[in-house]
Amino acid sequence: MSDAKRTLVMDDPVEHSLLDGAQGVIGRPIDRVDGPLKVSGRATYAAEYALDDLAYGYLVAAPFGRGTVLGLDVEAAKAMPGVIDVVIDYETFLRNAQQGGETEAPEQGVREVAYFREPVAIVVAETYEQARAAGERLAVEGDRKPGLYSVADRLGEADKAPSGGAVEPHFANGDLDAAMAAAPVTVDVTYTTPSQNSAAMEPHASTACWGDDGLTLYGSYQMPASDREQLADAIGLEVDQVRIVSAYVGGGFGSKLGIAPESVAAAVAAKKLGRPVKAVMTRQQVFDATVRRSDTHQRVRLAATADGQLTGIGHDTICSNLPGEDFFEPAGTATHFLYAAPNRTIRHDMVRVNRVLSGSMRAPGEAVGMLALECAIDELAEKLGLDPVELRKRNEPERDPQKDVAFSSRRLVDCLDEGARRFGWAERNATPGALRRGEWLVGHGMAASARSNKLKSSEARVAVTADGRAVVETDMTDIGTGTYTILAQIAGEMLGLPLDRVEVRLGDNCFPPGAGSGGSWGAGSSGSSVYLACEGLRERLADRLGCAVDELTLKDGAAICANRQVALAELAGDGLATTGRIEAGKLDDALRQASYGAHFCEVHVNMVTGESRVRRWTSVFAAGRILNEKTARSQCLGGIVFGLGAALTEELFHDVRTGKIVNRDLAEYHVPVHADVPPIEVVFLPERDAYANPLQSKGIGELGISGAGAAVANAIYNATGVRVRDFPLTLDELLDGLPPV
Amino acid sequence: MRIRINGDTHEVDVDVRTSLLDLLREHLGLTGSKKGCDHGQCGACTVLINGRRINSCLTLAVMHDDDEIVTIEGLGSPAALHPLQAAFVRHDGFQCGYCTPGQICSAVGMLDEVAKGWPSLVSEPGTDAVALTDEEIRERMSGNLCRCSAYPNIVDAIRDVAGAGA
Repeated sequence: MSDAKRTLVMDDPVEHSLLDGAQGVIGRPIDRVDGPLKVSGRATYAAEYALDDLAYGYLVAAPFGRGTVLGLDVEAAKAMPGVIDVVIDYETFLRNAQQGGETEAPEQGVREVAYFREPVAIVVAETYEQARAAGERLAVEGDRKPGLYSVADRLGEADKAPSGGAVEPHFANGDLDAAMAAAPVTVDVTYTTPSQNSAAMEPHASTACWGDDGLTLYGSYQMPASDREQLADAIGLEVDQVRIVSAYVGGGFGSKLGIAPESVAAAVAAKKLGRPVKAVMTRQQVFDATVRRSDTHQRVRLAATADGQLTGIGHDTICSNLPGEDFFEPAGTATHFLYAAPNRTIRHDMVRVNRVLSGSMRAPGEAVGMLALECAIDELAEKLGLDPVELRKRNEPERDPQKDVAFSSRRLVDCLDEGARRFGWAERNATPGALRRGEWLVGHGMAASARSNKLKSSEARVAVTADGRAVVETDMTDIGTGTYTILAQIAGEMLGLPLDRVEVRLGDNCFPPGAGSGGSWGAGSSGSSVYLACEGLRERLADRLGCAVDELTLKDGAAICANRQVALAELAGDGLATTGRIEAGKLDDALRQASYGAHFCEVHVNMVTGESRVRRWTSVFAAGRILNEKTARSQCLGGIVFGLGAALTEELFHDVRTGKIVNRDLAEYHVPVHADVPPIEVVFLPERDAYANPLQSKGIGELGISGAGAAVANAIYNATGVRVRDFPLTLDELLDGLPPV
Repeated sequence: MRIRINGDTHEVDVDVRTSLLDLLREHLGLTGSKKGCDHGQCGACTVLINGRRINSCLTLAVMHDDDEIVTIEGLGSPAALHPLQAAFVRHDGFQCGYCTPGQICSAVGMLDEVAKGWPSLVSEPGTDAVALTDEEIRERMSGNLCRCSAYPNIVDAIRDVAGAGA
């Protein structure tokens, strides 16, 4: 096999994408290539590898929210049937999970407990039942200290959030206070959102196995390339001594970006015992000890002229995190560029708290930030007596209002217009509380959607084999996002192969380091690496055929040039492989890159019970080239429904006396179910973004959630005339304001 | 104890605390049935016992001596998918795939319940036959959570198969 490498740094737009090829597989709504394995139960997730001599680990949690661990009753646990050991390593175990993309271990050390039910040890037994019984009975003695459990009472303690996050913590342009004082119409409101949990269906799981070459960890992780570096750092190994396998991941939504406590616990235990150890978190442990989305307290200020021109925007967010953690919820991200206004203040502050780590959950920033911003815009529209669609259109910026640079592509106005047309927005009742069907109040709401587009370094190796197939390898993951399928489509399109002759291998550090799944960058980044590898292969194939690459056509397994047709297998010889690598370049800062959309929905609110039911939904998006219409639509559906949960039901309750998470299971933390979800229309507008990447695509994984919950809240206001600013909008917050039946 | 799973008879000796789900996953290598919550709250572990759907995490293995169990592996294989499995692929009724075996087993059981005329909360009172509306499907499938939220596609897949079989 002859190997080569091809790298592209995105300093210039790629105006002519080779994806517009002859094979015709890109963009089409092709069924997932991993579908048959998944629907038949044959896809193998982290806890499902049958290893010889496997032992079962069960994490032991501190039963207090802050303090020092004095000891565990190890002997009592070891006396229980089947228990092999209680593994304690106060220095090495992780205090908390790591954030995404970090290359070092997260905070280590569990003698000092920083949050309720922080894992401090692992019991290992011959069977799961034995490990669980011992783990649940194992007493943890601690010197308990008063903890910082409340946020609401301590907003005055908020400090400027650390630099180095998704956006600078504090930003100001012009004079917002003066703009507010001078404006004829203003809005100054505070919205709050609670802690949330990603609640991926597969709990965090790690199966650790040591060999001569080091550690192999079958883990449920989104970013194996950087997770490997974190894990190596945590347990004192070289990076190449750690191999993470995440071939199938049962959902992540940010919660599996960085390594979590069970990974190191399993690795340390497996090393000590000299046998593989599997540590699967219980659902309760996922809530207690992985990662939450921070609660937020958001003040939005809007200043406008009488005809609806924004003169000022302010968005001040307070979030919370553990002592020492840098991550803050960047709720003002979209506020930086969504609407024009000369006077702008966008600030993020943080309160330190003894609660489980806060970090990324689907669309960190926009998901909750746009709840506040897009509801406040709705409030302004009402004050102005303007259609909220029209208000948004009047504030559409020509250029990025903060950086004064061009947008790489932006079809927000088209999304608003097309969404309004399809939904029948013009026919809605605009008077709050005035439309009633039986005991139901009917409302319509809308919101804009925006999510920043990012490109991350990513590598993939693509081989054309001696039998004329293509094999794609990268440690990129498919967490439900459709990676297996779209990478097959990209390789198939570029190399002229039907999909049954393309094999995609993912989620294994044996393969080149991929971008990982997060921040909506996965498809664009890993897809570009496959694109580049195939571009390199095309040149080498043309060379072997003796023709110029721009005269080469690859289709149905044949290379065609100047009336000659040769089978790919014949050209490949012993096999040809090229590794492609993409890196972000000057275009990252030279333009504002984001995907856009518009949500429209109908919500019914019961006048007797106060329950809200979403009945109808239309969303229109523009996100560059759509790589697979079917999987892209599913990503958007998923985002929209996440937003619906944020609007109506999802809320983690922290007991402010103890720091305990009260509703730590799926019966008490309410994610949307079948009955909560109406038919959803998703439409993609044609768009290409040559500045984003060679595929000309932009991110879609988090676009659906951005703004979705605000559309629900605005519809509830339109239905009832009750404006609730404390998410989720549960029935108790509506009941008092509802009209008599 | 003796248990029949997907047509095969297994003689097993398990801890009385072992759930049916853990028997399948940890003892018999049948990892298609998923553990999402271990408390009957998510439905990912749904299997069919003597034709009826059940959360296998909520029932002990030792309670099923001589029972006939069908898991996702027994419904079909990648080369020979059950019609519902094929419909889930066609309609993209999943993303990460973790809740999917439970959704499909639950749908098989649910369609049988509808065929028998068992009413649900949203059924028209007083009628013997249940019309399989989308509302019925959503109501009856609400014990199966999907955090990727493929719900509309799952309803499409089930309606597709039910329509074909009716």
